[in-house]
Amino acid sequence: MTSVMIDTGNYIAAKAAVMCKPDVVAAYPITPQTTLVEGIANYVGTGEFKGEYICVESEHSAMAACIGASSTGVRTFTGTSSHGLLLMHEMLHWAALARLPVIMCNINRVIGPGWNIWTDENDSISQRDTGWLQFYCSSNQEIFDTVIQAFKLGEHEKVSLPVMISYNAFILSHTSMPVYVPDQKDVDNFVKKRIPKWKLEVENPITFGNIILPHEYELVRKEMQEAQENALKLIPEIAKEWKKKFGRFHGDLLEFYKCEGAEYILLSMGAIGAESKVAIDNLQKEGYKIGLARVRVIRPFPIEEIVKLGKKADLIVIDRNISVGMEGALFSEVKSSLYGKTDAKVHGFIAGLGGKDVTFGDIETMCKKAMKGKTKDHQVWYGLEEV
Amino acid sequence: MKKYDVRTTISYPTKGAMGKTGNWRVFTPILDKKKCVKCLRCWIYCPEATVIRNKDDTVDIDYEYCKGCGICADVCKVKAIVMERVGEKE
Repeated sequence: MTSVMIDTGNYIAAKAAVMCKPDVVAAYPITPQTTLVEGIANYVGTGEFKGEYICVESEHSAMAACIGASSTGVRTFTGTSSHGLLLMHEMLHWAALARLPVIMCNINRVIGPGWNIWTDENDSISQRDTGWLQFYCSSNQEIFDTVIQAFKLGEHEKVSLPVMISYNAFILSHTSMPVYVPDQKDVDNFVKKRIPKWKLEVENPITFGNIILPHEYELVRKEMQEAQENALKLIPEIAKEWKKKFGRFHGDLLEFYKCEGAEYILLSMGAIGAESKVAIDNLQKEGYKIGLARVRVIRPFPIEEIVKLGKKADLIVIDRNISVGMEGALFSEVKSSLYGKTDAKVHGFIAGLGGKDVTFGDIETMCKKAMKGKTKDHQVWYGLEEV
Repeated sequence: MKKYDVRTTISYPTKGAMGKTGNWRVFTPILDKKKCVKCLRCWIYCPEATVIRNKDDTVDIDYEYCKGCGICADVCKVKAIVMERVGEKE
């Protein structure tokens, strides 16, 4: 029977992870992820979590321990934030190149210096190229559902890659919301036992990570790319199966909100994506023909879906991150997807860095500026430069 | 042998995966079987498994793959193995 749990994003993520019965959780606490691993530790205490919980001495070790465990064919989970994620960087590449489906929550937090524990997305955006699949959530229910779906997706024989589920510090990680929690046996049926693509075992000795020559290495990278492309097809399938079994749907690669007849489509992610729905409601009331496409997945990047949007509307992109010296990641990748396929205009804004609040009012203001053509060729710093 | 259908860096147990490494040798272990007491320390310590253990616990050296590291000579308590520079005797 489905029950309702009212709790914070972190405790909800802990619940979802434990329901997938990972064999090993290795974690190191960091604000604002702390209550996630604390939540799992609580389940060790209550006996609900029966796996191995390894307290390690750093995030680099946390990921290394998950990699070691995953190499033996078992299910693994961890969580981190900001500097913790950055300390894992080497091991993130390692997990992906080894094709090990480690599942991890990352709570989006600002990077220092400038000590700041509020949210922005530069931590996970800076790990885009590691080969991990990346999801961005906008509610606690979506966190819960996405964590469970991530185990199924990452461990799928056509993918076998690690998955990162990101959500915003405090706005989601420490905010309580009611979440529907399904029966354990229904989760068991949805996420089957992991069948590893390879594993270390005494009966079948192999060496892993040996020397590899240039041609073979290039093929490893190519097969990773193909696995990400497979995920593009599998994410919608898994979301559909979830909807059929549990009745909830948060979108697949993107979540479309009131896009019918829209002349402008707003693209945003995470908590700003949730706030954007309120802005779209208000803008439509005022007569603006604008809809929302909330980007849930940036790796693999939903190129085809973005092109479809660009063929029917001009696009407005809000980034809570910046690749300094260029622009926000979503802005760049949306334009890159459209190149040569449509002549849609793409308006870009940078907003909410350092945890700066982005309200529906702010989003409405940005959209209105874009729709009135009052943007620039570069991505506009909302609130910091006149347009 | 179990093989896995995934492109990553898995190596399966196989003889001489890196080719005939015997030609890497600068020093060659020379075994004097008359001195050998069959303690098998050389067989235990050889990092390349190129000391071959016979049924009667005598040993032979596989010169096709022995890289000449000299560990066997070092651990031999009766000095039945000595290292000679390649080409010195010829």
